[in-house]
Amino acid sequence: MAAAIYSLYIINKSGGLIYYKDYGSAGRMDTNDSLRVASLWHSMHAISQQLSPVSGCLGIELLQADTFDLHCYQSLTGTKFFVVCEPGTQHMESLLKYIYELYTDYVLKNPFYEMEMPIRCELFDINLTQAVQKDRVAFLGR
Amino acid sequence: MQFFGGSEISPSPPVPTASGNNGHMIYMFNRNGVCLLYREWNRPLRTLNAQQDHKLMFGLLFSLKSLTAKMDPTSAEKGNLGVPQLPGQGCSFHSFRTNTYKLSFMESPSGIKIILVTHPRTGDLRDSLKYIYNLYVEYVVKNPLYTPGSPIRCQLFNTTLDQYMRGIA
Repeated sequence: MAAAIYSLYIINKSGGLIYYKDYGSAGRMDTNDSLRVASLWHSMHAISQQLSPVSGCLGIELLQADTFDLHCYQSLTGTKFFVVCEPGTQHMESLLKYIYELYTDYVLKNPFYEMEMPIRCELFDINLTQAVQKDRVAFLGR
Repeated sequence: MQFFGGSEISPSPPVPTASGNNGHMIYMFNRNGVCLLYREWNRPLRTLNAQQDHKLMFGLLFSLKSLTAKMDPTSAEKGNLGVPQLPGQGCSFHSFRTNTYKLSFMESPSGIKIILVTHPRTGDLRDSLKYIYNLYVEYVVKNPLYTPGSPIRCQLFNTTLDQYMRGIA
């Protein structure tokens, strides 16, 4: 099954970027740009709830563009995990839920981690790379 | 439907799989942000008044296009965020989905934006949007009484659009 993830972002409930990892896209961004893009996404996510024709809208879950898809998962506390991947990539929702589990295990349970701050947890990075690696293998072969 | 000079309208695309009350609203904007058309068929919730709603929708589209152009993983150099993109310049999105609705978007080379808000399980509506654009060309642009850049007041266009939406909804 061909699957290729370009990048992963995690933003806190105020819209600040706390984690950004690029897995080999040509459009790798510097820190400032990634911060801006994350804040913009946070605002767009909120505005999309206002435009809903029926009540109970929780925000954008999938954005389909010409060259990529963006899958977003929002936890109950407002932390957003979103991944930029190739169009048509399957099973991104389950990957995002799994990344959320890794976040709760390796970041939130880390006593040295300050809430809403950028993530600097080595175990989180290691496990995250493993989780994404199996999707990235097909991409490396391209 | 036959028009002068032969029909160039492609045949109606197939009905999407989800049935029932599929179509919620449609918006059409021109390149300057003027709302040319807003029709709703099923909208239980209205959070803002009409003016603010249109402005918010246009603003959302503008920002999302800016975002997708910047986030494009296949192109190396892009402009800065917030720089207005010409139609067709940079990577643009064609739809997004939330848990309660799906928004499908199309921009013509002249900057006419068509937005359809439907049920979340609707399939790919790009062909339907192209068909609606053709309806706009035939019934609105070719109408000698229509001034470009003004809101659409063509009864024939409205009825044909409603009929088409009932067909795919």
